[in-house]
Amino acid sequence: MLAAADAPARRLGLAPGLPLADARLRAPGLAVAEADPAADIAGLERLAAWCLRRYSPIVWLDAGGGGGEGGNEGVASGDGLGLDVTGCTHAFTSEWALLADLVGRLGAAGISARAAIATTPAAAEALARFAPEAITAPDPPLAPEAERALLDALPVAALRLAPETLDGLARLGFATIGDLARTPRGPLTLRFGAAPLRRLDQAAGRIGTPLRPFVPAELVQAGRAFAEPIGTPEALAHAIATLTGRLCARLAALGAGARRLDLLFHGIDGRVQAVRVGLAQAARDAPRLARLLAERLEGVDPGHGIERMTLLAARREALHPAQAAALIDGGGGKEDGGKEDGIAALIDALANRLGAGRLYRAAPVESDIPERSVARIGPLAPTPSPAPASGGKGSAGKPAWPAAWPRPIRLLARPEPIETIGLLPDHPPRQFTWRGIRRKVVRADGPERIFGEWWQSEAETATLRDYFQVEDEAGGRFWLFRSGNGEDPRSGSQRWYLHGIFA
Amino acid sequence: MSRPLPVLAELRRRIRHLEGTHPDPADGRGPAVLPFGVAAIDRHLPGGGLALGRLHEIAGGDATTTDGAAATLFAAGILARLGGPVLWILAGHDLFAPALAQVGLAPERVIYVEAGEEKTVLLALEEGLRHAGLAGVVGEAARLPMKASRRLQLAAEGSGVTALVLRRFGQSSASGTSANGDDGASGELLQPSAATTRWRISALPSAPLPDIPPTVPGIGRARWRVELVRCRGGEGAAWTMEACDAQGCLAPDRLAVPARLADRPAAPAGSQQHLAAAG
Repeated sequence: MLAAADAPARRLGLAPGLPLADARLRAPGLAVAEADPAADIAGLERLAAWCLRRYSPIVWLDAGGGGGEGGNEGVASGDGLGLDVTGCTHAFTSEWALLADLVGRLGAAGISARAAIATTPAAAEALARFAPEAITAPDPPLAPEAERALLDALPVAALRLAPETLDGLARLGFATIGDLARTPRGPLTLRFGAAPLRRLDQAAGRIGTPLRPFVPAELVQAGRAFAEPIGTPEALAHAIATLTGRLCARLAALGAGARRLDLLFHGIDGRVQAVRVGLAQAARDAPRLARLLAERLEGVDPGHGIERMTLLAARREALHPAQAAALIDGGGGKEDGGKEDGIAALIDALANRLGAGRLYRAAPVESDIPERSVARIGPLAPTPSPAPASGGKGSAGKPAWPAAWPRPIRLLARPEPIETIGLLPDHPPRQFTWRGIRRKVVRADGPERIFGEWWQSEAETATLRDYFQVEDEAGGRFWLFRSGNGEDPRSGSQRWYLHGIFA
Repeated sequence: MSRPLPVLAELRRRIRHLEGTHPDPADGRGPAVLPFGVAAIDRHLPGGGLALGRLHEIAGGDATTTDGAAATLFAAGILARLGGPVLWILAGHDLFAPALAQVGLAPERVIYVEAGEEKTVLLALEEGLRHAGLAGVVGEAARLPMKASRRLQLAAEGSGVTALVLRRFGQSSASGTSANGDDGASGELLQPSAATTRWRISALPSAPLPDIPPTVPGIGRARWRVELVRCRGGEGAAWTMEACDAQGCLAPDRLAVPARLADRPAAPAGSQQHLAAAG
């Protein structure tokens, strides 16, 4: 029997469930590999672990589509993954960009995947498996009604019901989910049991879908089940403190520290919510980690109560004993180690509140074009030490900002065109108008000629800018440039721009 | 009784302590200071310099973008001389790091936070002030309500981290005229605030250079009018200074030509001039 078929095989009419002899008859020369469900599951788990690292703290293995176990607690047959991407899109522009990234990366690894995003796990699964064509980056994003319409057009099989139920529904003429949704509920339940309507409600979000998040066995974790579901912030914070303490003890035994923590909240209604906290440096300082997690509690809706919490060190790194010792000092130590850790704690606190991309340091880049001369690096990344040499380039070959040429403290995001009155091509203008104010140039320095970078683009080869620092009567200093050398039209538009403000 | 009672001295000390003002010469309590290295200013500031672990406000002279730039450099100069890591909380995207390096604030010392909103700026400022590892925290904000300034002042005192709030008024008003006239820079700086000092920095025409033939004379070192608008435990004052050098140091105006002095009221000590003490 065929267990699975790839896309070319499906085009030949081969489908799972077909006896192998029939298949060989239809397609002589068929390449057949022995099914290995255990290896499939293992591969899927590796993928799930990768998704956990890259995309979302909540990933689950999806029960297979073909067989259908009637319920959703079936054994995974190894061909689907679910991700809860709620609030996980900060590294991407949108959820759909995340999806495109995921499918693209899978494709690059030789895995063809069908994927969809929907408001509920059941709907997303149905769309991913049964949508007639892949939904990629709809514009504008799918409204809930549009999602309903798509869902209603899918075959009933997309609800993953038991085969006998599907047969029965087909005999009664139910073809699509929409048909089922429009039918009175009572008779349907009498005839087919609760399963069809339960799946329908799960897809529509009327009831929650119980999930079993995938937790890689090798992750350090601490879990706790509560006899009574808890929901108050105080109780949750207390539980967090207990869990971080246990997690840190386990990390200490491994000589490791956490770089990322995932805290999963299992609600009694089966919903799972997650809080993900990143750390700039590996840490296993329980009170500090607990504080970071507790700060994120406001994003968690306890609903009817939380019955279980799992804390995972989703990423861990070896933590040097010296670092650990400094951590125990609480960052208040007098030596440098303590100070660095104090800053790491601050960066974590700010990054988790504002988003990690909002914290950075500036590093010199080997470029004379002012707007390209600054690179953003991580807040704790080692900076190539800039040794400003008078020539502009660092002596040791490291990039450095020019020390001899003045640079404005405020650089406009885009140079703004200005109206100028000037005399000679080699001189700065005598007067210029910027943002509606006319300023008379009293003093000026320049030009500093900056050439286009031919290695960046063909068009830049001949271009240049002549920068002048000019001062108006009131002492305001501005950074002006003329695009071009004043003569040759190939060197630029010969227009004047204001690019920055000194003081 | 010629000598004050010890009880009185103790009470005075405690009042000074409560007010968060300045060192008692006798017991040396009160904040450490960062001298400007310019006698005229340091003499004037209680303690002989800018109090560390306190909140200071710095604003441009008026609502134009240019004076905002001078104030930014003034703040950068202070941070440069503080030594140690600095958190710079940005409201916009126009701060140009190479210029900070040119007043002595090396890039590896500055961690930028893109806060965007005003509320977030103040929040990040306060968070930064809680961490003793930093030398200074600077935030760019147009408004600084009394309550927020008090929180920042307390946080700064608690950790010993120096806080600077860079008041940027001119950001939205491109033409330089703020929407509701009086609410401009000078008006804002008169609003109450818990800051220890409030400064106003305006650009002045730079020192003239010896005239060499080209049609336009060159630019000398920038000069600022540095106004201490308010100073807890001290008086306001104003000076003309040469802008920060490569180490972030101000210098007294070497070229205070008589013509410039003439259009000012009598300035007894060099170019120093007293304003009415505010608060």
